[in-house]
Amino acid sequence: MIKKQKISKRTILKNAALASSAIILSAGFPSILKAENNIKIGIPTILSGRVAQLGISVTNAIKMAINKFNENGGLNGREIELIIRDSRAKPDEAARVCRNFINSDKVDVIINAEASGASFAVQEVIRESGTLCLHCVSETTSLTADPAIRTWNAFRFSRQGIHDAVGSAKYAANIIKEKGLKKWMSVNPDYAYGRDSDDTFFWALEKFSPSFEIIGKGWPKIFQPDYTEVITQIAREKPDAIYSSLWGGDLVSFIDQASLYGIFENTEFFAINLADYTTMSAIKNLPKGLHSATRYVAAWPNTQSNRDYDKSYTDLYGDHPTNWSWEASVATDYLINALIKTEGTDNKKLAEAMKGQTRQSFMGVGEGNSVTIRDRDQTITDYSIGWGTTIPNDPYIKDIQAADWDTIKNVEKEWLTNKGWI
Amino acid sequence: MELVSFLECLTSASCLISQTAGGLKIGMLLFLVASGLTLVFGVLGVINFAHGALYMLGAYFSWQVMNTTGHFTLSVLLGAIGVSFIGLLFERGLLNKVYNAELLIQILLCYSVVLILDDLVMIIWGDEFLSSIGVPEIFQIPPIFILDAIIPPFHLAIISISLFLALLLWFLMTKTRFGHLVKAAAVNPSMLEALGINTTMIRASVFVLGSFLAGLGGALASSMGSIVSGMGNSILIESFIVTVIGGMGSIGGAFLASLIIGMARSFGAVAMPLFTDGLMFLIMVLVLILRPQGLMGGKK
Repeated sequence: MIKKQKISKRTILKNAALASSAIILSAGFPSILKAENNIKIGIPTILSGRVAQLGISVTNAIKMAINKFNENGGLNGREIELIIRDSRAKPDEAARVCRNFINSDKVDVIINAEASGASFAVQEVIRESGTLCLHCVSETTSLTADPAIRTWNAFRFSRQGIHDAVGSAKYAANIIKEKGLKKWMSVNPDYAYGRDSDDTFFWALEKFSPSFEIIGKGWPKIFQPDYTEVITQIAREKPDAIYSSLWGGDLVSFIDQASLYGIFENTEFFAINLADYTTMSAIKNLPKGLHSATRYVAAWPNTQSNRDYDKSYTDLYGDHPTNWSWEASVATDYLINALIKTEGTDNKKLAEAMKGQTRQSFMGVGEGNSVTIRDRDQTITDYSIGWGTTIPNDPYIKDIQAADWDTIKNVEKEWLTNKGWI
Repeated sequence: MELVSFLECLTSASCLISQTAGGLKIGMLLFLVASGLTLVFGVLGVINFAHGALYMLGAYFSWQVMNTTGHFTLSVLLGAIGVSFIGLLFERGLLNKVYNAELLIQILLCYSVVLILDDLVMIIWGDEFLSSIGVPEIFQIPPIFILDAIIPPFHLAIISISLFLALLLWFLMTKTRFGHLVKAAAVNPSMLEALGINTTMIRASVFVLGSFLAGLGGALASSMGSIVSGMGNSILIESFIVTVIGGMGSIGGAFLASLIIGMARSFGAVAMPLFTDGLMFLIMVLVLILRPQGLMGGKK
C-alpha cells in the first residue's frame, strides 16, 4: 500500500521562496543590481506609421552617442540605459508613455522625440513630475518661447520655428530684390506647425521686403496623397513665388505632382524643409533651382566635424543622418556633459549644468563652431541655418548662404515683444 | 469663404477647365479604389477596413517591379495582380472564417491585417518613404494648354484608363453571367448554392477583383507621389465617404459619388480652401439625411 505524503501549503511556499532566492542570488542578483545602478533615459517617439523614420533616425543618433559613452566606462561605471517606446504619433499616448517612464520605469531623464502636438502633451507631464526633459524634434516656437508653457526642467535642442522663419525671410528678401518677386502664395500643412510657419515667415518677410502681395494660400491636410486641387490653384493664380513648410513624403508628393504642371519653370519655390537627404533623394526628378533651407546635409556647415559626423552615422546605419538626428545628437552630447559635470542624475543640478552653456558642435556656427543653450528660454541658438538652390543629384544643394544669427536674434526679440512673451 | 474667387472661377473658361480636369483626375483615381470597396461590401457584406492597406501594397509592388524591370505598364499591372493574389490569400485564409461573425470581429480582423501589412512593408522596404515610380517617358512632356488652363497629359491618361475600367466593370456586372451570379450571390447565396453554383468561388472572385482595383489605384498613385507605410489610411476614409454617398454596394453610385467628391475638392479649393475636407463630410451628411441609402443604393 502506498502511503500518500501530505504536502502542506506552508511547505510549498517555503520551498518556492528558497528556490527563488537561490536563482536570484546565483544568477539574477548582479544584473538587477546593475539595472538599478544604470542611468535610465526614456524616449517617447514615433516608431510606426508614416513618420516612423523620425523615431528611427532620432534613436539611431542617440544610440551612437550613448554606446560610445558606455564603452568608455559610463559615469563611474554607471551605464546609460535607453528605454524607447512608440507613441504612434498620438499626443494622449505620448503623455501615457511619458507617465509610465516616470512612475513605473523610474527614468532619470526624458529625451522627447515627439512631433509638436505630442510634445505639448509631454511638456505638461514633465512640468508636473519635475523630470528633466530634452526636446529634440518639435519646432513650434511657443513650446519654449511662451512663458506660460515654458518650464524650468525642459530644454529645446530642436530648431525653433521663428529662427528658421527669420533666416528664410532674409534669404527670400534677397531673391525678391534680385528677381523682383511680387506675387506670393503659400502651401503649408493644415495643422499647428504649418500655420505657425506661414505666420512667422510672412511676418518676417514684411520686415525685410514690405512690397510683396499674398495672392493665395493652400492648406493641404497632413499626409494628403493628392495635391491636385492646390496645384491647379497655383497654376491659375500664377504667383511669382511660393513658400512652403510641407515636409517629408508630403513635400515629395507635392513636388512630383506640381512638376507635371510645369509649376517650377516660372515660379520660385521656397521650401523650408526640403534639404534633408531622405526627402531630396526620394523626389523622382528633383527640379533644379528650388530654394531650400538646409535641414541636414553633409555639405553644410562646410566643416570637417560635420563631414565626420555624417560619415560616422552613415558607416553605422548605412544611411545619412536626418535633421532630427543632429538635434538628438546635440541633445545627447549636452546631457552626457552635464552628467559628467554633476557626477549624478540630480535633475536640478543637470538643468543648471546645461543652462546657458556653449559647446562646440558639428552643427555650431557660433564662436569656434559652437551652439548655445540660451539661459532665458533654455533653447538652442547658433545652430546652422543656410539656404541654397537644388541640383538634381548628390549633394543636391549648392550656393548655400549662411543665415546671420545677429539678425535672427534681433527680429526674434521684436516678435517675442509683440507677442508679450518678453 | 472665398466667394469672389469662386464666382470669378465660374465665369472664367480657364479656371473652369483646369478645376474640372483636376476634379476628374481626383474623382477617377478615387473611383478605382472605392469601387473595389463597395463591390466587396455589396456581395460579401464585409466592410473591408484592409482595403487601404491593399492600395498601399499596390504602390509597393509596382515600385518593386519598376525598380527591377524599369517598365511602367508592367509595374502597374504586376502591382495590381500581386495585390489580387494577396487578396485571395486574405479572403481564403482569414476573411471567410468571419463572414457570419459579428461586425466587430470582422472589423478587428481587417484592422489587424492593416497593422501587420503596415509593419511588414517597413520590414521589407524600410522605414523611409520611397520615391514615386514616376510617369512613363511618353508623358514626360510639357503640359497641354487649353484656353490658358494647364492640363498634364498624364492626368488625361489616368482619367481615360479609369473611365475605361469603369465601363469594363459596368459591362462585367450587367452584361455577363459572372455579373448576374455576383448579384444573385449578394441577394440570396443559399438559393445559388441549392442550384449548384459554387458561391465560395464567387465570393473569392469578387474579393480578388476588389483587391485588384485597390492595387491598381495604389500602383497608379505611386507614379505621382511618395510611397510610405500607412499611405492607405487617407484613401480608405475617402473611399468610405464615396461608398456611403453612392450607396453601399452600388458600382454606379461609387462612380457618381467619386465624381462629386473630385469636383467638391477641386472647386472647394477655390471657394473654401480651409474646408475642402469638411465639404466632403458635409455632402455625406446631407446624403445620409436626405437619402440614407445613398444616391444609387436600393432601399432595404
